[in-house]
Amino acid sequence: MTDPALALTDVTFAWPGQDGFSLSCPNFRMAVGESVLLLGASGSGKSTLLSLVCGIATATSGRVSIGATDIGTLGAGARDRFRAEQIGVIFQQFNLLPYARVLDNILLPLRFAPKRKARIGAPAQEAARLCAALGLPDGVLTKQAGRLSVGQQQRVAVARALIGAPPLIVADEPTSALDAATQDSFLRLLFEQAEQARSSLLMVSHDERLGQRFDRVIRLEEIVTTRRAAA
Amino acid sequence: MILRLAMQSLMARALTVGMTVLAIALSVALFLGVEKIRTSARASFADTISGTDLIVGARSGSVQLLLYSVFRIGNATNNVTWESYRDIAARPEVDWIVPISLGDSHRQFRVMGTTPAFFEHYKFRGGRSLEISAGHGLDDLYDTVIGADVAATLGYSVGDPIVVLHGLASFTAHDDQPFRVAGIVAKTGTPVDRTVIVSLEAIEAIHVDWQSGAKSGQTTPVEVIRSMELEPTAITAALVGVQSRLQIFGLQRWINEYPEEPLLAVLPGVALQELWQIVGVAETALIGVSAMVVVTALVGMMAMIFSSLNERRREMAIWRAMGARPSTILGLLVIEAMLMAAVGSVLGLALLYLGLAIGQPWVDAAFGIWLPIDPPTVRELWVLAIVIGAAALASLLPAIRAYRLSLADGMMVRI
Repeated sequence: MTDPALALTDVTFAWPGQDGFSLSCPNFRMAVGESVLLLGASGSGKSTLLSLVCGIATATSGRVSIGATDIGTLGAGARDRFRAEQIGVIFQQFNLLPYARVLDNILLPLRFAPKRKARIGAPAQEAARLCAALGLPDGVLTKQAGRLSVGQQQRVAVARALIGAPPLIVADEPTSALDAATQDSFLRLLFEQAEQARSSLLMVSHDERLGQRFDRVIRLEEIVTTRRAAA
Repeated sequence: MILRLAMQSLMARALTVGMTVLAIALSVALFLGVEKIRTSARASFADTISGTDLIVGARSGSVQLLLYSVFRIGNATNNVTWESYRDIAARPEVDWIVPISLGDSHRQFRVMGTTPAFFEHYKFRGGRSLEISAGHGLDDLYDTVIGADVAATLGYSVGDPIVVLHGLASFTAHDDQPFRVAGIVAKTGTPVDRTVIVSLEAIEAIHVDWQSGAKSGQTTPVEVIRSMELEPTAITAALVGVQSRLQIFGLQRWINEYPEEPLLAVLPGVALQELWQIVGVAETALIGVSAMVVVTALVGMMAMIFSSLNERRREMAIWRAMGARPSTILGLLVIEAMLMAAVGSVLGLALLYLGLAIGQPWVDAAFGIWLPIDPPTVRELWVLAIVIGAAALASLLPAIRAYRLSLADGMMVRI
């Protein structure tokens, strides 16, 4: 049996020293190539769960595995490197370094991920291909990222997450800054490219309407228990 | 790529970064400027006299003797009698001796009585001789040779009349015996430029009717004075050259132990050294102050980086999400600080040269200090390197804070 793309087993976590917020996730698994939408209101532990998945935070107990690797066993530097190699991240908004060119933004994760970089022959051409596939206008690569519209910026963020085809894409409410019409085309393009790259897609949102496209839709409460100590 | 992104990040904040860079540039220009003036002033002073082995005057301090005899700063407390001068001149070690008589003035410039030998033996800037650019030397009793600055300031040319004033800030004129500009000395960058040179006899001549520093009632006609034997009774100081440098100390001791009169002989180089020790305190203070200005500019930069951290937390989170280690973020901020300091330093250097190009003639005219426009010295380059290094150090504090913030924030900024 192949390793799942992502597996959380008996994970517990508490933010150090912070108002006693703690989270536990007994079991959550994603198969390779699967797309999962996690539905949860704000404050339900979404951010904490994503931090655990990305290896920014480490579980107090239990295992967080991506592919065959238990990221809890990696040192801090190795986890940063692992994140760069294995995960493409898309935020809600303000994804890009506004002062840098679009091309530099897209290539930024490769700077920290030599293997991912080695998978692509010509990074600049791959970036151009992704931009074209995502419906971005010609010549966008040399523009300053901060000058693009919000919708364009989010697409550039997708290109950045997908370049070098990392096994896992993590998206934190990537559509919430977009209007309904743009949301739809954005998701369509995201799915197209994620499938082409054979990346698993984990998206977190509070918007149930996004659900149709995903293989699975899970409410966060079903897999995660949070506790906030009385202040 | 990180370096390019750091530059783009700085350019995106052009206004605040520009102000910080400007502050660093101004402080660097100030520091280098002070250094330049300091070294140039030293060089100008040291260049003022060369080839003279001993300066002889009435006993006082060696610095004082040097100042009044060579730099025309301050006054002699006492004179050297003509007999003593003759005794020294008669010593076998003495190769040449030039008497100097000070005390009178023309406008703001001092009048110096000496012999034609002065033009032969006075050397400056490593052995260069005085050059008379217009007219001729002291031929007639009432001839004067004036320095370049005197001629330029007062608009004199050869043939113009000059009236010498008694004392330095006096209204008593030696107007009964007017002089004539016989020659003008080419610019030297030494106090000679600001001196009116007359013959030793002329100094005697204008004081014929004077007793105990006041003008007596009678006026001796010029024709009578010309026929008089004008041997001075006293001089202010004398410049001495010896036959062999080995004899300098022997002659110095002989003069210092001269029984008839308390005299002092100093080596110009040694007296200059003593002068530096006095001036050195002020120099150190100046350097200290300008160094503090550089420190202030760097502290300003530190404050700027600190205040930018909050608005850049989002940016830090992006870097972290892309796989940058917290240490990369620390490095990014340090690189930005070093870039600002480097640009500031280069701009400061440019400001220095601009200032030199504009200020050079003015400083030369006003203070007689020649500021050479040379390529940067190794020492100056070191100063720039130290400024950049100090900027890196100063940025460590905000950078470490950014490091902590990015560890705590991770990729999610809760703001």
